[in-house]
Parts: sequence; structure tokens; C-alpha cells
Amino acid sequence: MQWVWDNFFFGNPSIWQLVLDHLSLSVPPIIIGFLVSIPLGFWASRNRVARSVLLGIFSVLYTLPSPVLFVLVPVAFGLAILDSKNVVVALTVYAVAIMIRSSTDAFLSVSSDVRESARAVGFSAVQRFFGVELPLAGPVLLAGVRVVSVSTVSLATVGAFIGIPSLGNLFQDGFKSSLYIEIWTGIVLVLIIAAIFDLILSGLGRLLLPWNRRTTRRGASRLVAKEAVWTS
Amino acid sequence: MIEFKSVSKLYPDGTRAVDDFSVIIPSRKTTVFVGSSGCGKTTLLRMINRMVDPTSGTIEIDSRDIAQTEPVRLRRSIGYVMQNSGLLPHRKVIDNVATVLLLTKVPKAEAYERALTLLDTVGLDRVLANRYPGELSGGQQQRVGVARGLAADPNILLMDEPFGAVDPIVRTELQAETMRLQRELDKTIVFVTHDIDEAFLLGDQVIILEKGARIAQKGTPEEILARPASDFVASFIGAERGKRRLTVSSGVQANGDDLVLVDAGGYAAGVIAAPDGKLATGNASPKSRSVSNKTSQAGDA
Repeated sequence: MQWVWDNFFFGNPSIWQLVLDHLSLSVPPIIIGFLVSIPLGFWASRNRVARSVLLGIFSVLYTLPSPVLFVLVPVAFGLAILDSKNVVVALTVYAVAIMIRSSTDAFLSVSSDVRESARAVGFSAVQRFFGVELPLAGPVLLAGVRVVSVSTVSLATVGAFIGIPSLGNLFQDGFKSSLYIEIWTGIVLVLIIAAIFDLILSGLGRLLLPWNRRTTRRGASRLVAKEAVWTS
Repeated sequence: MIEFKSVSKLYPDGTRAVDDFSVIIPSRKTTVFVGSSGCGKTTLLRMINRMVDPTSGTIEIDSRDIAQTEPVRLRRSIGYVMQNSGLLPHRKVIDNVATVLLLTKVPKAEAYERALTLLDTVGLDRVLANRYPGELSGGQQQRVGVARGLAADPNILLMDEPFGAVDPIVRTELQAETMRLQRELDKTIVFVTHDIDEAFLLGDQVIILEKGARIAQKGTPEEILARPASDFVASFIGAERGKRRLTVSSGVQANGDDLVLVDAGGYAAGVIAAPDGKLATGNASPKSRSVSNKTSQAGDA
């Protein structure tokens, strides 16, 4: 434990610095991946051909091991090998690969009755997307982005192996010097970040999708009431 | 007045959903399209607000071809009530009712005020305004659906099997409410159903449809009952099954000169009053049919 206190704010790099590096590597891919997957998922949900093509492409990309992606990205985007943007881009690709499935399902989950009735009462196509389909896709989108968030936070450690600082440095360094407390520190911090992100996301969900909670809670309390009847 | 002029709808796969359909739907009356599923009745309804565009022929509202009106604007000017209410589950009841008003940029305060008034109109308690549709019973949701359809005060109200998914008791209540609203608001209602009893109950004009939206018979419920135009109509309205073919019972003695009626199956169906030995006569006019005027909300919870 003493090691952690000694190195948290001091040292080169300090643990705190690595936490910040880790955040700057993992936050952009989550946000960009989410935003990119929405139009793609919407398109895929409306068009069978687009669906199989898009899901196919991203499944293949997802199977690429990260070292391969880290080599391909600089070539494809003309970035320097040691640019941290490489990691951000690669993680964004993975984020989209996971998220596009969720967002496709999310838009498919919007009941056609509701879509049709929105059309019937005079929503234009744009109003329908922002006012009906996007909010109703919300719960499934939220579930997807929570998975993406956890996976991105843990994947970001890989950056260390191509020289981009992140909490992964603690693993690498710990293995090299057999300093297990360092490895454990890395694991715990990654878990804490992932947990905090998850809390933030579910909080946002509660804030932005109040209807979802209220209607499901009612269903849940009904269930409880039923059970109460059975047991009494 | 809505007028269909030789309207056809041909789908790319070759199905002729509507085949050369012409009809006049009078203003401020209820016209019911009734037929089995797949007869094209819903397609006809959805043509009126351009949810479906005909392949050929024209539809006119007050002598204006609706093809000239932009679909989104047209839909906002016509009320629409569908099965399963079609309410937006993520918007509160009040927002659902105010939907069309908000879409047409009516100031929020005014739209909500009007929406609250509409909840009264359809017999819903104002406390429901801040609930989500998922927190309401089926019957209440359907009432909200009707309120939403009426929000922009449209002249025309399209109702697509609106009571198809609620239980029979609530359905009866909603039917009575629809008749009360029609008496109070005097809208041109076009109603689609597969239930002939519902059609006869609500319709000033009933149009019985066969496959391809061919008109099997058109008329008032009384005309159709008195003279079914074909075997198809007779069987559709149940004349064959004997439910509507009543005879005077020879077995039972009623009070005084009253007569007991039995259907073809021999089951008692009702009584004709015959005060002073004379059979009573009544006028068949849907607008004057006696309906319970209660606006009970407790019943459909």
C-alpha cells in the first residue's frame, strides 16, 4: 500500500497522471462510438441490405486483434506510430463495432404502432426521428453504451504496449519488476473508472428516460404485489 | 364531405387492395367501413390522410383534391385514432393530447390548457394528465387517443378499429362515449371495424366491403337490415344465423298485448310493446338512439 501513496502524485509518470491519460484515451471513443453508431444503426434498422453489410464489416473489424489495428490505423489515417490518437481511433472502431448491434436493435425495438401513429398525427420524418424513434430507442441504446463503456475502459490499457501511456503502464511495469502491488493498483483503478462511468451512464439514463423507469417500476411493483398475494 | 373517385390501390407484388372504389362520405355524419380482415377497409381509411396514396383515382375533401396538400400538413388537420391507442409511451398524457398542437407551434400554455379541456371532454380525470400512457388502463389509453385525435379541432376524425383491443364492457362504454361526442361535436367520422354490431350501432352510413374494397352494400343500418343486397351481406350481418331474424313467440304469454320475440334458434330476444292492443312504432334514427350519457371513469380502470 505504501507504494501506492508514494507514487500516486509523484513519480514519472505518477499514478494520477496515468489515470488522466487513461481517461483521455477512453472517454472520446465512448462518446464518438455512441454518436457514430446512431445514424449507422438507424440505417441498418431500416434497410436489410445495409444491416447485413454494416454488421458484417464491423464484426470483422471487431475480430481484428488490437495490435493489428494499432499498426493499421496510423497507415490508414496518416498518423505517427506513437500518436495517442491511434489508440483513440482503434478503440472507437471497437466501440462502434459493439455499439452498432445495440443501436440497430434499439431502433428495431421501437414499436411500429407508435411509429405509424406518429406519422398519422403529422410528425415529419425529422420530427419522428428526434421526437419519437431516438427517445424510444433510448433504453436499448443505454444498455449498449454501458457495455461499450466498460469494454473501452479495460481495452485502453493495451495502449501501454505500444508506448501510449495509460493505466496499462502499471501492468507492464509491474510485470517487468515483479511488483505485484503495481499490477493490483492498475486493476483496481480500471475497475473503479469503469464503475464510475457506469454510474454516470445509468444516472443519465434515469434523467433522460424518466418514462422508462416509471412504467417499468409500476410493472415491477405489480409483480411484487402478485407475489405478496401468493405468499399470503 | 369526402369523396372517393374511382380509387384503386395496386401494390408492387400485384395485390389489388382497392379496386375502382367510389363513394361519398357526408359531412357531420358517421360513416363506417366494415368488412373482414384484408378487405381493404384500413387502406381506404389511410388514404384519407395520405398515409397511403392511391395508384389511380382521386380523393377530395370539400371538393379539393388531397393530392395537392402536403401529407404532413393534411395529417395535422385530420384527427386519427387507432387500435392500441398509438400513444407515445415516453410522453405524458398531457403531452400526448397536445401533440398536434405542439407540432403546429401553438404556444405551450395554450396547448396544455386545451389538452386539459379535452381530457374533460373524453371523460378523463385531470389528475391523469401527468401520468405516462403505460400507467393507464387500456380503456383510459383509448380515451386519451380520442382526445389526441380531437386536439386540433379537426372537421374529420378517422378511427381505425379503435376499440378492437379493449374488453367488451369497456368497449360498450367507449362506443357510447363516441356517440355522445359525435352528438356534441358534430364531426365527420370515418370509422373502420370488422364488428357488424359496432358498425350498426355507430354508423349513420354503413358500407359493407368485400375483398378488394368492393362495396357489397351501402346504406343506413335499417336499410341494410331490411334488405340485404346479397347472400354475402345477409351472412355478414348475421341474418342467416338467425340472430337478427326475429319471430313472435307462440309459447309465452307476455303482459297484456305485448309480444315476445324469439330468434331463429328459438331463444328469447326481446319484447315488442303493444299498449292498448296496438303495436308501437319507433323511428330509426341513429342520432336519436338512446344511449347512456354517463361519463363514468371508474368502469374502465
